Amino acid sequence: MAMTTYHPASALSLPRAAVLRPALTLLLFLALLLGLLYPLAVTGLAQLLLPVQANGSLLHDSNGKVIGSALIGQAFHGRGEFWSRPSATAGSAYNGGASGGSNLGPSNPALTKVVAERIAALRAAHPEQRGPVPLDLVTASGSGLDPHISLAAALYQAPRVARELKRPLAQVETLIAAQREQGWFGNAQQARVNVLQLNLALRRLVAG
Amino acid sequence: MMTTFFWLLALFMLLLTLSVRPMGAWLAPLASGTLPGRWRAFDAALLRRLGLNDAGMGWRDYTLALLAFNVLGAVLLYALQRLQGDLPLNPAALGAVEAGSAFNTAVSFVANTNWQGYAGETTMSYLTQMVGLAVQNFLSAATGIAVAFALMRGFARRESGDIGNFWADVLRIALYLLLPLSVVLALLLVSQGVLQNLSGYLGFDVLAGHGQTLAMGPVASQEAIKLLGTNGGGFFNANSAHPFENPTELSNLLQMLAIFLIPAGLCHAFGRVVGDRRQGWAIYIAMSVLFVVAASAIAWFEAQGNPLLSVLGVDGSSGNLEGKDMRFGIAGSSLFAAVTTAASCGAVNAMHDSFTALGGMVPMLLMQLGEVVFGGVGSGLYGMLVFAVLAVFVAGLMVGRTPEYLGKKIEPFDMKMVALTILVTPLLVLAGTAVAVVVAPGLAGMANPGAHGFSEVLYAFSSAANNNGSAFAGLSANTPFYNAMLGIAMWLGRFAVIVPVLALAGSLAAKKRLAPTLGSMPTHDGLFIGLLIGSVLLVGALTYLPALALGPVVEHLAIWATH
Repeated sequence: MAMTTYHPASALSLPRAAVLRPALTLLLFLALLLGLLYPLAVTGLAQLLLPVQANGSLLHDSNGKVIGSALIGQAFHGRGEFWSRPSATAGSAYNGGASGGSNLGPSNPALTKVVAERIAALRAAHPEQRGPVPLDLVTASGSGLDPHISLAAALYQAPRVARELKRPLAQVETLIAAQREQGWFGNAQQARVNVLQLNLALRRLVAG
Repeated sequence: MMTTFFWLLALFMLLLTLSVRPMGAWLAPLASGTLPGRWRAFDAALLRRLGLNDAGMGWRDYTLALLAFNVLGAVLLYALQRLQGDLPLNPAALGAVEAGSAFNTAVSFVANTNWQGYAGETTMSYLTQMVGLAVQNFLSAATGIAVAFALMRGFARRESGDIGNFWADVLRIALYLLLPLSVVLALLLVSQGVLQNLSGYLGFDVLAGHGQTLAMGPVASQEAIKLLGTNGGGFFNANSAHPFENPTELSNLLQMLAIFLIPAGLCHAFGRVVGDRRQGWAIYIAMSVLFVVAASAIAWFEAQGNPLLSVLGVDGSSGNLEGKDMRFGIAGSSLFAAVTTAASCGAVNAMHDSFTALGGMVPMLLMQLGEVVFGGVGSGLYGMLVFAVLAVFVAGLMVGRTPEYLGKKIEPFDMKMVALTILVTPLLVLAGTAVAVVVAPGLAGMANPGAHGFSEVLYAFSSAANNNGSAFAGLSANTPFYNAMLGIAMWLGRFAVIVPVLALAGSLAAKKRLAPTLGSMPTHDGLFIGLLIGSVLLVGALTYLPALALGPVVEHLAIWATH
C-alpha cells in the first residue's frame, strides 16, 4: 500500500491555532483587497475612461431628461409605435428592477396557450399580414429586457405603423432599414433593430 | 442558422486554442512555485507581512488548511447577508437575507457553485455583492486551482511528502492570476456597456409615459471574476441575459472565452509541470472533442424549434426563441449554454428551462459527466485527471499489466480515492432527486407539469452536486426544503471530492517516478484520448441515462409524437 511509504510530514502536524490564524489573516486581507479595493478601483477607472457605458448608456430627450437606456428594452403598446417582444419580468413587463424569463418549458400547455393568444392579437392588429408571425414577437426573452426585435418583426409591423401614422409604407421601411443592426457572420435571421431607438426615430419623423 | 453557429464555434475554438500556451506559461510557475526573479522578493515580503510562508505541507495539513479557510469564508458570507440591513453600501435599503437562503447562498458561493436561489437586484446590497459574493468568487476559484496544483505536484514530485503550501497557493493565485485578469476583463466589459457604478437604482419616465426603474451597481468588476473563476453567480436575476451584464455579441464572446480561459490553460500548465507538454495537449484535445460535439448538439436541437408552436402559425424557421435574447439568437445562446455547463460556471445568457427537451438535456448531461469537459477552474482538470487514472487502470486490466500514469504506479489506495471521487456526485444527484420527487415540499417547487417538472429537479441536483450553479430556473428553489437539500449537495459535491483528490495527490507524490519502458502505455496519443473520452462517457451514461430517459427524453417524444 502506498500509505506506508509516506514521509512523516504528511502526518497531521499542525496545531489548530496554526490553521485558524493564517486562515483568518488571509481571508480578511483578501476580502479587503478583492472586495473593496478591486471594485472601487475598477469603478474609478470605468467612471474616468468610459463614463457613458459605466452609467447605463442612458438616452436623454432634448431637455436633458433621461428617457431610457440604449441597452434596455421598454414596453410599447401604442398603435402608431413598434411593439417590443413580450416580457416575463416580475410585476410589470420590462421591469428594469426585476429581470427574468418565463421559464416555461417547451411542452408546457401554458406556453402554447399564451403564444396562441399573442398570435391572435397580432393577427387582429395586422390584417395586412397573411404569412407566419415572427417568432420573437410572441415569445418572451431571457432577460425580459430585450431591447431588440428581429428585422422581420419590425417589417411585419411596418404596414400597421404606416397606416396609423398616415405615412407611406416606404418611408417607415426606410426608417427600419436605417436602424438595422447586422448580426455576426451575416446571419439574416439575427438582423435586428433596437425598438426604443426605432420609436425615437419614428417620433422625430412625425414631429417633422 | 447552423452555419452561423459553426462560424461562431470555429472562431471561439480558434481564440481559445491560441490562449492555451500563454495561459499555461503563466500558470505553470505558480503551480511549480518557481516565480520569476523580480516577483520572488515581492512574494516573500508579502507572505512575511501576513505571517505566512510557503513551506511544504503534507496532504492532510493541506486539506485541513483548505477546509478551515473555506468554512471561515462561508461563516463570513453568511454573517454579511444577515447583517446587510445595518451595514453601509445599501442604497436600495434591502433587509437581512432570510436564514435558509443565506445558508444556501453562503455554501453555494464558497463551493464555487453560485446557485442563485435569490434575485440579486432585489435581495443583495452592494456591500454583500462586493465583499461577500465577489470575494468568494475569487477565493473559491483560487481553492479549486490550488487543488489542481497540488495534484499536478503529486504527479511531478518523487518520493516527497509535500504537495505545496495552501496559503501561498491561494494568495498567489488570487493576486498574480485572478486579479489582473479581472481588471482587464472588467474594463473590456464596461466598454461594451456593462455597468460599473455605485449609484442608486435609477427611476424615470419612459417614452410611453409610464415609469421604469433600472437596477444599477458595480456589475463589471463582479462579472469579470464570475466568468474567470467559473463561478456564474450573476449580479442580476437574469444573469448574463441581462443587457447590463452582457450587452453585445462581442461581450458574449468575451464572456465565453473568459469561462474557458483558465480551465484550458491549466491543461497546458499540467503538461509543463509534469515535464511532457504532450500530456497536457492530450487532455485539452479530449475535452475539446466532447465540448464541440455537445455544443453542436444543443445548437441543432434549438434550431429545430418547438413544433407545438409552429402549428399555431409562427415562423418555425427561427428555431426556439422562448427565453432567448435577440442579440445572441440561437447560435450565441446555444454556444453559451454549452460553455457554461461544460465548465462548471453556471452563468446563463438564455433560460435553459425553456430550451427544447433535448437542447436542455445536453447541458444537463455535460454537468452529469462530472464537470470534466474543461470544468470548473482547477476542478475540471483534477476531475479529468481522475478519469485519466481510471482510463489507465481499465487499460491495465485489459492487458494484464500494473497500470501506471506518468511513471506513477496506480495502486489500490489510489483507485479507492478515484472511485470515491467519481461516485460522490452521482450519489448526491440521484439520491437527492429521488427524495425530492417523492416528498411534498420537493414536488411543490416544480413550475412546469409532467416530465419537464422532473427535469427541473434532476437539473437542480445535477447542477448543485457538480458545483455548476445554472438552473432550470422555473423550479422554486428558494424554499427551506431546497435550500437545505441543495446546500448539502453543493457542500459535499465540492469538499467530499476535494479530500480524496488531495489524498490521491499525497499518495502520488510519495511514489517513485518510473522511467517509461517499451511496455508502458503512452498517454498522449489518439488511443489514450479515445480511451479517456470513453471512460468519461461510459461512467456518465451508465449512471444517468435511466434518469434522463424519464425527463427530457420522454418530453421530447411527447412533443414530437403528435407530428
